[in-house]
Amino acid sequence: MENNEKQLLKEFAPQIERTSVQGYVWILFLLSVIGLGVYAFIQQVTKGHIVTGMRDNVVWGIYIVNFIFFMGVSYAGALISGTLHLFKTAWRKPVIRMAEFITIISLLIGPCYILLCIGRLDKLHYLVLHGRIQSPITWDVIAISTDIFGCFIFLYLAVLRDLANMRDFEELQLPKWRKKLYKALALGYTGTEEQKKRLERATNIMATMVIAIAIIVYSVLAWIFSVTLQPGWHSTIFGPYFVIAAVYSGSAVLIVAMWFFRKVYHLEQYITKKHFVAVGLIMLVLAAFFGYFTFSDYLTKWYGSEKNDELLIQLLFKEFYWPFIISNYVGVLLPLLVVGIAKLRTITNITLAAVVVIIALWLNRYLIVIPTLQSPYLPIQDSRPEWSIYQSTWVEWSLTAAGIAMFCLLFTLASKFIPIVNVAGNTQESNPDDVLV
Amino acid sequence: MEEEQNNQKNSRRQFLKKGLLAGAGVAVGGGLLNAYSENPSGESGEKVKVLTTNGEIMEVDKAKLKLPRVSIEEAHKGIPGKKFVMVIDLGKCKNARKCVQGCQKAHHLPKSQEFMKVYLLQDSEKTSPYWFPKPCFHCDNPLCVSVCPVGATFKRTDGIVLIDNNRCIGCKFCMTGCPYSTRVFAWKHYPEYDEDKEPYSPEASSPAKEGTVSKCDFCPDLIRVGKVPYCVSSCPMGVIYFGDVDEDTVTNGTETFKFSELIRDRAGYRYLEVLGTRPCVYYLPPVDRQFPVDRGFNDLDESVKNRYINTPYAKKHKL
Repeated sequence: MENNEKQLLKEFAPQIERTSVQGYVWILFLLSVIGLGVYAFIQQVTKGHIVTGMRDNVVWGIYIVNFIFFMGVSYAGALISGTLHLFKTAWRKPVIRMAEFITIISLLIGPCYILLCIGRLDKLHYLVLHGRIQSPITWDVIAISTDIFGCFIFLYLAVLRDLANMRDFEELQLPKWRKKLYKALALGYTGTEEQKKRLERATNIMATMVIAIAIIVYSVLAWIFSVTLQPGWHSTIFGPYFVIAAVYSGSAVLIVAMWFFRKVYHLEQYITKKHFVAVGLIMLVLAAFFGYFTFSDYLTKWYGSEKNDELLIQLLFKEFYWPFIISNYVGVLLPLLVVGIAKLRTITNITLAAVVVIIALWLNRYLIVIPTLQSPYLPIQDSRPEWSIYQSTWVEWSLTAAGIAMFCLLFTLASKFIPIVNVAGNTQESNPDDVLV
Repeated sequence: MEEEQNNQKNSRRQFLKKGLLAGAGVAVGGGLLNAYSENPSGESGEKVKVLTTNGEIMEVDKAKLKLPRVSIEEAHKGIPGKKFVMVIDLGKCKNARKCVQGCQKAHHLPKSQEFMKVYLLQDSEKTSPYWFPKPCFHCDNPLCVSVCPVGATFKRTDGIVLIDNNRCIGCKFCMTGCPYSTRVFAWKHYPEYDEDKEPYSPEASSPAKEGTVSKCDFCPDLIRVGKVPYCVSSCPMGVIYFGDVDEDTVTNGTETFKFSELIRDRAGYRYLEVLGTRPCVYYLPPVDRQFPVDRGFNDLDESVKNRYINTPYAKKHKL
């Protein structure tokens, strides 16, 4: 272990060794939110999907919105960390681990939401047993499982050196099993030249793979919608649009995560304004792309004004007016202004913009899924209001909250297991002052 | 001689029980019904109109009817040599809703599920509104079948698109795939589902299990014994015709037409042809109306009437 690594570990040791009272309260709070979600899930299983707001017209509700959202967030981590790694971006070291954690954690939570949409979980194995390759859902099953597998390997390679560091850091006051775990997980890595070379090569390969897989996963996800004939979904732009929206939302989540860990673990020294500006600039570029794709998609629908597209756009501008404005106007323009204008570029502003982007992107997916299902080719003629207009229920919201809580919990626990900032190789080069703007 | 006939009959019954009934063998001969009159428990008093393949209408006691239940495997194949088609004459529909009710009753559907729906459509502001009964279109290019991840919904050689509820995982992708809002989902457990005690068959009119998708099935169990679907026989106006494209015949139970001539002479069309789904259900345009559209608002339940109050037509005329 190099000296500066040891120095760093010493600094991070307290957060790994101890959990403060606030920390316990936080974990307890998250657990209770998850508990509520479990209760809601039991309700849904025992009483049927009737407890949700989904009905025969809007057959997919906020579950699928959450699914797209979490998968998108996961993609961001993969693309951002993969790209930063490949380009050897110097400032990446303090933030790259967070991006990797975001990827893995949201990748574990996202697919759970698709399971909540499925009527018969007892027959889930039919997806493998009777899988049909013609169905985009089968593509999705293959793509997501490959993605989870690939991202796990990538993350593991990325933390391997720090696992070895943890093993070698004797001063660490931890229970024996934890030390044994580090030893086992470090796979005998000692940092010999040969090991370094191999690790470097493997990480490079996986970084490339993870980027490619993530693009495929997110395109396949988009195709679930765009292969159908539904007005608003049947769009060729959906693949790349979803990919861009995904990285965009992920960059925002990364900024918010940076802000939290910086505050909670006092990382002001490592994560500086420069890092916020750097990730903020990534977010800015993606905001522009996202705005461009959104505009293209809606412009073509509106200009040609095919009957059903016109009805959809009317619906978006009437019933969904505010969500539409927030997601597709504020969600695009705010980051452009906040990060674009140098004077506005403060850590707080960038973080606030990121929070707005997260909300906007969630709403964006909501506006893709629900209004289309509410305006099918044959007009909905039903006297039951819940059958024609989607009203999400407490069950769906509890499970949404549970997903977010699980994300926070796993993130918290991960940061208790391994330093949230890359220790290995965190040397002079990562001093942002030398490299940035 | 008599004994020989009995033997034949018995062997036919066994054939049915084994679930290997081939439709072609059934669709010939007028003495068909006897083969299905297995219920000895007397008459229910409820008469059902039955169309023999000779084109004759017969009234039979409902209790005497026992429809064949083919195996799941057999239900995938379709009735050999057949290609079914439906023609709906919009000029005759007055929203009597007997097709909906007949279908619901026969399929043991809860009131909240309709395989046949009747819409009040108006193509544009100046055009005339009309009642539009809509079953499953049993498309020849069915997106619902393409997108199903487990092959629970399938297209048969006779054109029917069916669902195997034992296979369905309830992902609802077929529901978003169908551009005609045809499919219904069992959002909870309905007690109606428990009534069916016989082995499951995708062809049987048994209601779907909780968490699976179901829809109009063109009543293949009825077709196998040479009868027309329930919606056809329930309609008092003879709006719905059913038949075979290859035989070029369609009938509503009272009138029989050559399918090709009916489509040619009455300018038959398919709904939303532009989508390329190639439906097997044709419509005859709402001309020479037998009833004014308003008649469709008569004698409706409040809840059914409320379906139509937001249509431009109902709003304009304050119906």
